[in-house]
Amino acid sequence: MANDHIDLTVEPGEVHALLGENGAGKSTLMNQLYGLLQPDEGEILVDGEARTFRSPRDAIAAGIGMVHQHFMLVPVFTVAENIALGAEKTRAGFLDRRRARREVLEVSARYGLPVDPDAVVENLPVGAQQRVEIVKALTRDVDLLILDEPTAVLTPQETEELLAVMRGLCDAGKSIVFITHKLKEVKAIADRITVIRRGQTVGTASPDTPEDELAALMVGRAVTLEVSKEHAKPGREVLTISGLCVDDDRGVRAVDGVDLEIRAGEVLGIAGVQGNGQTELVEAVMGLREALTGTIKVDNEDLTGMTTKQILRSGIGYVPEDRSLDGVVKEFSVAENLVLDQYDRPPYGNAFRLNPAAIDAAARERVEQFDIRTSSPASAVSTLSGGNQQKVVVAREMSRPLRLFIAAQPTRGVDVGSIEFIHGRIVHERDVGTAVLVVSSELDEVVALADRIAVMYRGRILAIVPPTTPREELGLLMAGITGPQAVAAPGSAPASDAAPGSDAAPGSDAAPGSGSDEKGTK
Amino acid sequence: MSTDGPVDAPVAEAAPPPPAAPPKEESDSFLSHFLHNLWAANTVTVTLLSIVLAAFVGAVLIVLSDPAVLDTFSYITARPSDAFSSSWTVVSSAYADLFKGAIVDPATITAWANGSGTWRQVFFPISETLTYAAPLVFTGLSVALAFRGGLFNIGGQGQAIIGTITAGLAGFLLPLPPVIHLIAALAAGALGGMLWGFVPGILKARTGAHEVIVTIMLNYTANLFLSWLILQKGIQQPGRSDAISKTVDSSATLPSFGGELRANLGIVLAVLATAGVAWLLNRSAFGFELRAVGANPPAARTAGMSVAKTYTLLMMTAGGLAGLGGATQVLGTAHALTTQVAGNIGFDGLLVALLGRNRPWGTLAAALLFGALRAGGNRMQSYSGISLELVTVLQALIVIFIAAPALVKTIFHLRAARTARLGASMAKGW
Repeated sequence: MANDHIDLTVEPGEVHALLGENGAGKSTLMNQLYGLLQPDEGEILVDGEARTFRSPRDAIAAGIGMVHQHFMLVPVFTVAENIALGAEKTRAGFLDRRRARREVLEVSARYGLPVDPDAVVENLPVGAQQRVEIVKALTRDVDLLILDEPTAVLTPQETEELLAVMRGLCDAGKSIVFITHKLKEVKAIADRITVIRRGQTVGTASPDTPEDELAALMVGRAVTLEVSKEHAKPGREVLTISGLCVDDDRGVRAVDGVDLEIRAGEVLGIAGVQGNGQTELVEAVMGLREALTGTIKVDNEDLTGMTTKQILRSGIGYVPEDRSLDGVVKEFSVAENLVLDQYDRPPYGNAFRLNPAAIDAAARERVEQFDIRTSSPASAVSTLSGGNQQKVVVAREMSRPLRLFIAAQPTRGVDVGSIEFIHGRIVHERDVGTAVLVVSSELDEVVALADRIAVMYRGRILAIVPPTTPREELGLLMAGITGPQAVAAPGSAPASDAAPGSDAAPGSDAAPGSGSDEKGTK
Repeated sequence: MSTDGPVDAPVAEAAPPPPAAPPKEESDSFLSHFLHNLWAANTVTVTLLSIVLAAFVGAVLIVLSDPAVLDTFSYITARPSDAFSSSWTVVSSAYADLFKGAIVDPATITAWANGSGTWRQVFFPISETLTYAAPLVFTGLSVALAFRGGLFNIGGQGQAIIGTITAGLAGFLLPLPPVIHLIAALAAGALGGMLWGFVPGILKARTGAHEVIVTIMLNYTANLFLSWLILQKGIQQPGRSDAISKTVDSSATLPSFGGELRANLGIVLAVLATAGVAWLLNRSAFGFELRAVGANPPAARTAGMSVAKTYTLLMMTAGGLAGLGGATQVLGTAHALTTQVAGNIGFDGLLVALLGRNRPWGTLAAALLFGALRAGGNRMQSYSGISLELVTVLQALIVIFIAAPALVKTIFHLRAARTARLGASMAKGW
């Protein structure tokens, strides 16, 4: 049962945050409200009137709109076409494109949501696509807008913009149900908070409630949001990258002369707005992307030219940033996913055959050890919540002796309880003497985990700073602005290289904009 | 195929256990569980009901195609019993002949018992079924295996034709002692098919050329090459002006039961191949790779597998299986190359794989069903005068209903199984 007797009331003009871990039943609840699922029991009242929704059409007619976590847009259509889709206006049997355009412009002007009606959706950055979804809902004249984890895919700047839009909508009298598991955003925007755990309402809270209290409500026990760790004891140099240049899929230079070294027993965090070359840098290290120039050495062994399999075998663990695309095979069982890159090595098997008994035994052990919540190791990974899928990936990569551990976005789309767990394992890995590279677009995560922070901007390492650096300074660096303090920061040899370039760059006004351009190309 | 992982478990739940299996205290709940699942829309139920539906539509067609029966419908208001009884007679005799031609004719058992018939006559229908089924098992496995690895192998026909050519050539050109000659001819067939699978595989791996286009083109190439080849000197049967090659040496033919029983070693090899493919998929490292690549290529690549190598090897294996299918056809039943030697086994293999849901043992069962329909259809044609094309229509109907599970579910009001996601199984792959 995903929802067990839930009561929820949303007042006009309020932002009502629905807070809960992955798999708590938030989306199930909202899908009932939007007519995608039918409740077994209970009723839905709109303006005091009981309604049954057989399909989203009924829900829209009752004034309820929804923006899904995964956008429901046709990539090759224009914005106006996408918005008209499902409610096409015709004139003499023909599609009235002009009217559709006009409607889009009207709505986007009224609510301050800039969208270009003629842009093709697939060319838009994620944040703009989301605005299209919101405009689409608004053109249907909805009073209640459901946003299902809207910030999961957004950069910090885009998130700021979205929160501003939400405020504007509320001022215009719309109600918003905001589904999320990010506490900061909830506190920033919500008027009221309902916390759901295991399909039941466990409490309502006001936005003044402290974060750890909210987290405890969500998870059902006290949670530490800070990562507790000792001082790092850096040892030998493990990973040495020098002069690395890498192109992205379109042949545009993504990594532009990066020098970096990581020592055993330390965590190097790479901070930066997504799309500044972090993905390509990591993929080059893993042999998934060709390095044009430069060397990547692990313990003086050159990795360039090695296959991904050889690199994984040489004692490097890798948690890819896109879990569902690169991390797991959803159709495979938990047990199979736990040996996805070890299936042809003893004890799990050899070049010819698998050893199902060993795979099964290992799976049981990992499920226990990494607290993976699954009905059985034989169930498909697609039946697990996002956090538990991520634990499968982390468990797989950490269950062999490592020299270097690379985690890209290790906690994206992961619930609070699992974040705590995964962070703990990463610090543990550091403490046993592994060199750790963490890439994250969440600044909090980088600051919490890293012993040194490298800020990446437009394919270069702008500066390497200690985690005690003030947030504002890190934020400026992420936007490509190297002030005098940043250049003077310790251990920032590459920064001085990059400084002349950024001096020539446009001023602070243009910098955030160019940052989101990069995002769009990702 | 999209439903593999999740469907496996529910099917296992729903399938009836051997009677002894359930422990006593659980048998009650298990029985209710079983009954509960029986009417749920699992793959087994949908497949069986598709066959029932196809038989029903086939019955309507039989009635419509019989002028004498249609005449009785012209006065149906006056004497409805005429129309119904004549319809029943023609339909039941047709399906009875289908059964007698495919499984067993009770009359032959009686004849054998009182000495007027032979045991060979009793087993003749089964023998025919197995004869038609054997090559289909191989081509079906070829398609199913490729599909599990995310490739749509339309080229079974071409690979099977090349298999018949290389096996046939090895069969009448190589002077080898008995057993070795047969093994060499089978190996030649497999190698020929592998070659024909290697081409689309390597092109897909290296250049991204879509395997559907390449394999379709290679089907034409193989077919026309065969037509040209049989007319060449040294290949064509001496003293014949039509397109037929020399006969395969007896040392290279697949041993059969002799006489009218055409069933041969091919069906045994087919069962072994099924077991082999099942092992390959579930127990081998290569099977793990191909399933991972089939389900999620980027994740397979990230985990260090070589997608290009897997595609190439997979198409070679699939081609080799189809080639073996061609080899069993020429070494088992045809014994000489003609332009039609491979019949339609490659394309029927697609349907067999679809019907078998791309699982090895399912494919074997589906091939047996197709073989039975073909063998029974022959008898239906000669005894009941119903054209063999009706059998093709039946096969097509079964496949259509399988491919549209929602239709079957609606017609029979099946409950949606809670966990079994029944997708159209060929929907993926393009």
